[in-house]
Amino acid sequence: MKTYLISLFSPDGPPPEDLDLTTVMADLELVNADIRAAGGWVFAGGLADQGSATTIRRPRDSVADAVLTDGPFAEAKEHLGGLTILRSDDYDVVLGWAERIAGATGLPVEVRPFQGEGDPGQAPTDR
Amino acid sequence: MTVSGADIARVFRTEYGRAVSVLIRALGDIDLAEEAVQDAFTVAVERWPREGMPPSPAGWIITTARRRAIDRLRRESTREARQAEAVALHAPDEGSGLPEEGPVRDERLRLVFTCCHPALSREAQVALTLRLLGGLTTPEIAHAFLVPEATMAQRIVRAKSKIRSAGIPYRVPRDEDLPARLASVLAVLYLVFTEGHTATAGDDLGRPDLAAEAIRLGRVLVELMPDEPEAMGLLALMLLTEARRPARTDAAGDLVLLADQDRSLWDAALVAEGHALVRRCLRRGAPGPYQLQAAVNAVHTSAATAADTDWSQVVALYDHQLRIAPTDVVRLNRAVAVAELDGPQAALALLDGIDLEGYVAFHVVRAELLGRLERWPESAAEWERAAGLSDNAPESRHLRARAAGAAARAGDRR
Repeated sequence: MKTYLISLFSPDGPPPEDLDLTTVMADLELVNADIRAAGGWVFAGGLADQGSATTIRRPRDSVADAVLTDGPFAEAKEHLGGLTILRSDDYDVVLGWAERIAGATGLPVEVRPFQGEGDPGQAPTDR
Repeated sequence: MTVSGADIARVFRTEYGRAVSVLIRALGDIDLAEEAVQDAFTVAVERWPREGMPPSPAGWIITTARRRAIDRLRRESTREARQAEAVALHAPDEGSGLPEEGPVRDERLRLVFTCCHPALSREAQVALTLRLLGGLTTPEIAHAFLVPEATMAQRIVRAKSKIRSAGIPYRVPRDEDLPARLASVLAVLYLVFTEGHTATAGDDLGRPDLAAEAIRLGRVLVELMPDEPEAMGLLALMLLTEARRPARTDAAGDLVLLADQDRSLWDAALVAEGHALVRRCLRRGAPGPYQLQAAVNAVHTSAATAADTDWSQVVALYDHQLRIAPTDVVRLNRAVAVAELDGPQAALALLDGIDLEGYVAFHVVRAELLGRLERWPESAAEWERAAGLSDNAPESRHLRARAAGAAARAGDRR
C-alpha cells in the first residue's frame, strides 16, 4: 500500500465565466466517493486563491526571526489549486482517478507518490 | 563438450531478459533482479567451462540467480525487509505456479508492459525494454539513441527508480486497458527489432537474437490480441524484413542492398507467413502505420526480381501512410520509390525540406540519387557522410566502398 498525492494546478485569477463550478464540484465528489469506496481516501480539498499565501523562510537552527513574505513560494502562471491524498496498492487505479479529476476540471493534474510504503509520517484521522 | 566464453555470451544475450523477468517477479525489485542474474552469469563463467553447459542454461541461471539473491539479502541487512519477505514468499516455486493477473502467461510480456507503462517517457520505455528484455548494455543503448552514455545511464536509473517509488505495476494490463497500452509496446518492439536487424555497432550487421526476440514477442502479442490489426501488421513487417536476412550479407559479411540481393536466399516460409498476415490484417479495413509498412514489404517480397517491383503500389502505400502518420522517414522512403517511377531528379527534389541529417539512410538515398544523376563529387561526399554516421562494420565498409567508387568516377570526369 502506497500513499499518493494528486495535485491540481489552477491558472491565476477567477475561474472562466463559462465554467459551471457546481458541475465540476459534483464530478469531483463522484471521484472522491469512488476513492472512499475503494478504502483509500485520506483527504481532499481545494485551496484558497494563491494571493492568500504567506511564504516563511528561516535558516535552520537560527536564532534569527523568520522572514515572512506576502505571497506564494513560487510566482507562476499556474499554482497548486487543490489536492487529494489517498492510499492504494494499484498505481493504475490511482492514475485512473487522476485522469477523471483532470477530465472533470480540465486542469493539469500531477500524481506523486509519498516516500516509502504505507502511511507517510503523520497519521491521518483513523489513527 | 567444452564451453567457451562465446557460448556463455550467447546464453547471456538470449536468456538475460527471460531470467530478469522471472527474477523481478520473484524479488519485486528490478535492480535486485539484475544483480542476481549478473551474479549467476559470473558463476556460470567459472563453472560452465569446467563442468559443462547445464541441460537448461536459462533454468540454471534463474535458479542460481534466485539463490544468489537470497544469499545477498541475508547478508545485506540494509535491504528492505519486504524484499526478503518477497523472496521467502515466492522462493518455493520457479515463478510458474503463481496466480496470473493478466491473460498471458509470459513473464517477458509482463516485463514489456511494465517497461512500456504510459507513466514513463517513450525514451525511458525503449531504454528499459532494451536493457531489461534485450540484455543490451547501457553504452549500446546510448549509442542507439545518439546520446552520451552518462545521459542514458541516468535515464535508466531514473526510470527504474520511478517504477519503484510510484509503484508502477509489474503485470500485463487488464483486457479493457490492453488496446490503449499496445501502441507503445508496438513502437518499442519495433525499435528492438530494428536494432536486431541492423546493429548500432559492431562487426556483425545485425543481432539475430534480438530480432528473433522481437518477433517472438510479436507473435505472443498477436496471440494475445487477435483483433488488433496493428499487432499483426508489426509481426508481418518484422517477418518480411527478417526473411531477407540471409541475402543481406555476402560471404565476406558485407552488406548487399535489396536490389542486388539473391532472392532465392530469402526465407520462403517467413515470406509466406508474412504475406498471409498482411492479407489477414488489411482485410480488417483499419490500416495503421505498421500494416502499411508490412504491405510495402509484401510488395517487395512478391517481386521475382528487383525490376519486377510494383513501384506505383509502393508509392500509393507510402501516400496512405503519410495521411495517417506523416514523418520525414516515410517521406524519405516514398522518395526512393518515386525515383524508380519518375527518375532521380524528381526524387531528389522531394528530399529538400527533410531534416534527417543524423540518419544514415538519408545520406545513402541522396548519394544514390546524385550518383544516378552522375553528380559524382556530391555523391561521394554523401556516401562519406553516411559512412561517418555508421558504427556498424559491414554497413560502414559498404558505404566507404561506395564513396571510393563515386570518388573514382568523379576523378575520371575531371
